[in-house]
This record gives sequence, structure tokens and C-alpha cells, in this order.
Amino acid sequence: MPKVTYIEHNGKKHEIEVETGLSIMEGAIQNGVPGIDADCGGACACATCHVYVDEEWLEKLQEQSDSEKDMLDFAFETKKNSRLSCQLMLEDKHDGIIVNLPEKQG
Amino acid sequence: MIKTDAVIVGAGPVGLFAVFELGILGLSAHVIDNLDKVGGQCIELYPDKPIYDIPALPLCTGESLTKNLLKQIEPFKTTFHLNQRVEKLEKKNDNWIVTTNDQQQFETPNVIIAAGVGSFEPRKPPIKNVDKFEETNLHFAVKDKNKFKNQTVCIFGGGDSALDWTVELSKIAKKIILVHRRDDFRAAQHTVDLAMNLKKDGKVKILTCYQPTDFLGDHSIEKVLIKHDNGDIKELVVDSVLAFFGLKMELGPIANWGLDLEAKSLKVNTKNFETNEKGIFAIGDICNYPGKLKLILSGFHEGALCAQECFKRAKPDEKYVFRFTTSSSDIQKRLGVK
Repeated sequence: MPKVTYIEHNGKKHEIEVETGLSIMEGAIQNGVPGIDADCGGACACATCHVYVDEEWLEKLQEQSDSEKDMLDFAFETKKNSRLSCQLMLEDKHDGIIVNLPEKQG
Repeated sequence: MIKTDAVIVGAGPVGLFAVFELGILGLSAHVIDNLDKVGGQCIELYPDKPIYDIPALPLCTGESLTKNLLKQIEPFKTTFHLNQRVEKLEKKNDNWIVTTNDQQQFETPNVIIAAGVGSFEPRKPPIKNVDKFEETNLHFAVKDKNKFKNQTVCIFGGGDSALDWTVELSKIAKKIILVHRRDDFRAAQHTVDLAMNLKKDGKVKILTCYQPTDFLGDHSIEKVLIKHDNGDIKELVVDSVLAFFGLKMELGPIANWGLDLEAKSLKVNTKNFETNEKGIFAIGDICNYPGKLKLILSGFHEGALCAQECFKRAKPDEKYVFRFTTSSSDIQKRLGVK
């Protein structure tokens, strides 16, 4: 199971082993990591599961779909490494991935 | 003051089906929603997305589900109060007085909160103290376009609202500056082309890969600071700002009604989906109980059960009798099929 490190905006770290095939959003919700709201439940329809992916992991992730790019327009303070975590499905190669959470969602 | 057997807060699928469950019991309902249309999240967030888990509908979309539900409740001729948000719930003997932000009032024994994650509100720019400008020249919608006559208007966003108003207001404004965080626009291609032509004519300035960092001014916005992806900062002198950053969902006034809350949802019992207040019910995504699943089908079930209790409260002198739609002539009369 790939280990994901979620870092809250205040610096608090959560290291969690998430089952392969789940999204980074689901890993956070199922383990009660605060800072990811996921209001729409993973339909890429609300931009409240916004994360900043650690630069060195960006290229290992699935490509951004047009709908994710569109939806990111609505996220709070986007940066170049902004992604919607409901679109990031975990594979074994993502073991050790680090995501930073924004100050707030939406 | 409108008197009704039930007020439903939220016109999403669960609120709509609650109209049906109340209707077949002979109860009237008024539905209030903050959006300008019926359908809730299904319409606002994912009208075209496929939904696979509605019983007996192998595939539908948010839009087709909403249309079918409206068809199903047609016999009850329900009144919808759209573009309104419920602000206050007050007790009056055994009834509740419901007041909206338009000062519309209802008196009812039953309030059914089917508000999903809350009401849709405009998403504000990520800028400190942005609230104070909302009274003056920061807008999230265009109510009267003549307000922008001969003005320099800064429009934020890349969707249909932003592009439509860029094109429309360019006809009367002095200048339009459209700012978007990336090069691609989500809006209809036709409108994007129109805007690009206006850019050539010098009527419209388009700045992409910029995001707002600050609004300067005492009471109204005088200057807008925007930052390019590469770090460059630009200062724009403006008369008005229009921000189209979409909508977000907020619990809003529901949190102030004295109802038991748990993780942004309302605690209910699973017998009749009543909250801690008699006559106030919560169904669909907004309710919470052990084992709760945020599924549309769960919301339908919750609506059916809560309707029984609503009947007892609305018609205390009548005996509730459980009936099937297949055989009850009363129900069939209400549905207009007999």
C-alpha cells in the first residue's frame, strides 16, 4: 500500500497508508485528515479537494483532464502544482508521495 | 404569510421526492432554494455526469433525474421559491414561522431541510477584507448593467459568465479588463472568439495567467493588484470589479437555528428523520445518523419516512393509513390518474 503524507497548512503531518486504487482524496476522507472537504464526493465537480503536490511527484501522477483544469479555476489560491485530489488515483509507484493542503477549500 | 403543510428547504432530488411523498398523503408543500433553478447539486455541479445507482434507472444524468422528478411531482402543482435563502426559523405554538432573505414568510407545522451541503454562494476572491467592498463596487453578478456605463471594469474568471459579460459590457463600458488564471477559457468558443476580436479592436484587454492578490481602496476598490504565474505584479486602476469564481456550498444560516450539528450535518433519529426540534426534519446529504450514506437513494427513503410524521403533525385529527400507489384510490386521485 502506498504511503501518502498529507501536510496541513499549519504544518501538521499525517502519514497514512492508502489502498492502491483509491484516490488521494479518498485516503484523506477515510482517515479523517482535516483540510480536504470533497463536497461533491469525487465527481470532479466542486474544487474542494484541492492539494499542492510536492514538485518531485508531479510527473508521476495521472495527466490533468480538461475538466480538472476547468474545475481548478474555482479552487482557492491555485499554484502550478495544484491538483484536485479526487483525480489522483494511487498506484504502488506513488509510495512516499507528499501533498500539501491549502489554507482553505473554496 | 403563506400557510402550508410543509416547507421544504432545498430543491435538489431529495427535496423534490419529498414533495411526492407528502403529496400522495394529501399534504401541500412549498419549496425554497437559493439557486435560480430546480435540481440542486445535480443541476449546478454535474448536469451531464452519468449516475448509475438510482434504483431501476441503469443510467441517468443530473439533468434527466431532475426532469423526471419534476414530472413525477407535476400533479401536486408545487410552488417553488427560487433565488431565496431561508434565514430564520421561529417557533409559534406548535408551528414554525419560516422567513427568507426576501422577507417571504411561511407558517407550517413541518420544515424539511433537504439542503445537501448547504446553500450555493458566490465564491469570493482569496483576498483579505474583501467583504467591505461588496457594499460598493465588488460584484458577483450583474443586476443592472447600466451601472457600468463609461466605467473601467475589471472582470475575473474564465467561464461563461465572465466572457458573456465581457462582451456585453464592452458595448457600454469605457474599458473592460478580463483577468483569468490560465490561457484556456471554459466559456463557449463563440463568446471567446467575440472577446478576442474585441481585444484586437482595443475595447477589451485580456490578461491571462494572472490571479488577484489585493484590492486597494478605503470604501471602494480603486486599484486591483494581480500577479502573473512568473511573479510579475500589475496594478490596475478600476471603477468596478466583477468576480466570477463560481459557486461554493456553505451551511449558512442553518447553523444558527439551534439544531444539533455534527460535522456540518444535522443529527436526526432514523424513525422519522426529525432533528432535536419537533417538526423540523433533515433528509438527504445534510442529515447524519449512524450508518448514513450520502446517496440519492438514501435521501428518497428518508423523505418517505419523514412524510409520515409530517402527516401526523399537519393532520392531527386524521388517522394515518399506510397505502400503496398501486391500489389506493385516494392516492390515485391525488396523482390525477383516477
